[in-house]
Amino acid sequence: MIPVMLTHNRVQLALHQLQDGPGRPLLMLHGLGEESPTSLPSWATEWAGPVHALDFTGHGMSTLPAGGGYSAEILLADADAALAHLGEVTVVGRGLGAYVALMLAGARATQVRGAVLCDGPGLAGGAVGPTSQSFVILPPRDSAPDPYALLELSRDLRPPDYATLFVRLALEGSGLDEPIAVAAVVRPPWLTAVADEIGVTTAPTIAEGLALYADPLQG
Amino acid sequence: MLDGTYPGAVSPHREYVLDAGGVGIAVHEWGPEAADPLFLVHGGFDFARTYDVFAPKLAAAGWRVVAWDQRGHGDSEHATLYSWDGDLRDAMAVMDSVTQRPAPVVGHSKGGALMINLADAQPFRFTHLVNLDGIPYKRAIPDMSEHERTRMVASEVTGWLDHRRSTATSKRKPGTLEELAARRGRMNPRLSPEWLCHLVSVGGFESDDGWRWKIDPSMRFGGFGPWRPEWTIARLPGLAMPFLGILGRVQEPMGWGTLPHQVTRYIPVDGRCEVLDDVGHFVHIEQPDLVAAMVLDFLGGAA
Repeated sequence: MIPVMLTHNRVQLALHQLQDGPGRPLLMLHGLGEESPTSLPSWATEWAGPVHALDFTGHGMSTLPAGGGYSAEILLADADAALAHLGEVTVVGRGLGAYVALMLAGARATQVRGAVLCDGPGLAGGAVGPTSQSFVILPPRDSAPDPYALLELSRDLRPPDYATLFVRLALEGSGLDEPIAVAAVVRPPWLTAVADEIGVTTAPTIAEGLALYADPLQG
Repeated sequence: MLDGTYPGAVSPHREYVLDAGGVGIAVHEWGPEAADPLFLVHGGFDFARTYDVFAPKLAAAGWRVVAWDQRGHGDSEHATLYSWDGDLRDAMAVMDSVTQRPAPVVGHSKGGALMINLADAQPFRFTHLVNLDGIPYKRAIPDMSEHERTRMVASEVTGWLDHRRSTATSKRKPGTLEELAARRGRMNPRLSPEWLCHLVSVGGFESDDGWRWKIDPSMRFGGFGPWRPEWTIARLPGLAMPFLGILGRVQEPMGWGTLPHQVTRYIPVDGRCEVLDDVGHFVHIEQPDLVAAMVLDFLGGAA
């Protein structure tokens, strides 16, 4: 299916619809270096409402910018563009997308009805403080994923107390007792800290995590 | 009426656009092309031509002074994305295009902080490092409850996201040259109307409905993220190249708010930090002769 193209500043973002249906949409966020799936993943088949998947900047069918400059916060604004288009959503993210899903759940707490955080590429991210990392200029590439996305988003700083800030925002603004569900098996430092926060639950599987936020009217 | 001319301001002798990985970076040079290069790095929401008075004084001493507009600033291209790493790569592209040898680097404000980072990561590029009121220190965190702090962050984050939703079509607010100068003056209260009008004349453009700043309207002062200012100052003590810091004692809105006593323990071995009394954040604009003399004395003349 041809995706809807959303505008985020100078970027055109591809939003794919994987399933139609009544009720609250599920927004899927892919991992680092991935792109949106072309069909519904097995873990999402129980979701009764529409399912949409977003290609982040520099990934899939979205714009490949020149010169890099990526941050998790920019991807948060990508996800926010999808939110502006879809209205209230439940969000599920893989790897890097899990981190962005957490941020979206905190930043737009009244419009996100639960975030499920899953394993996937880019889950760990970078260091939790200053590093000795150097800087390199990469040759341009004309197809996704953007090498600068791979480089910069694999080392974006993720201090645990920054990540937990978004849990508190979600808890305060969402009206849910547990607005975040961790379905990831692997727990890098930011996710360990998140999982320890009040308002965060653990889901044995992604499907069970999604079931926590399914609209009863859909059932 | 002010027309933007300013005593002592000299237009660059050479101006060109460098392709830095697909982003057009505007480079401005003063002094003989064959002379040894010296790099000037501007601060956030500034542009290379804020050095129109300072740079010619260094060039007059025999240096090829090379400054550039950071992406989205001045005459450089409005990029799709902006980041600290992106600014550093653009700096590397400019430096590589000028010389393969180490050179002195002078950075102001955010430009100074960027160059502390680059000097730590790639010291081979530097013979000397001069920092003009550009040493970040811990933010002063207001005394407030956790709940209040959460609310404040929520407001910052949603404000930023709301801004991102509007940037595709946003333009900077137009006005007369004097109006833009007055707006800038609220952030730079110590700079003269004549200088601020000069800034508009080189950092703005005029269209049918008035003057606008050239800077990308998608850029926004402030913001949020995981970066903490103290992570930059922590790179300072280990620098091996000769280091000179020049701080203005008077605090201003666009400065880091760093106080001299906070910096002392971080100054590199054999480095030094001078503090200018009754001078604000723009030390090189308020005191161009003094600061140029300090820099030239520190460098000991062109190599």
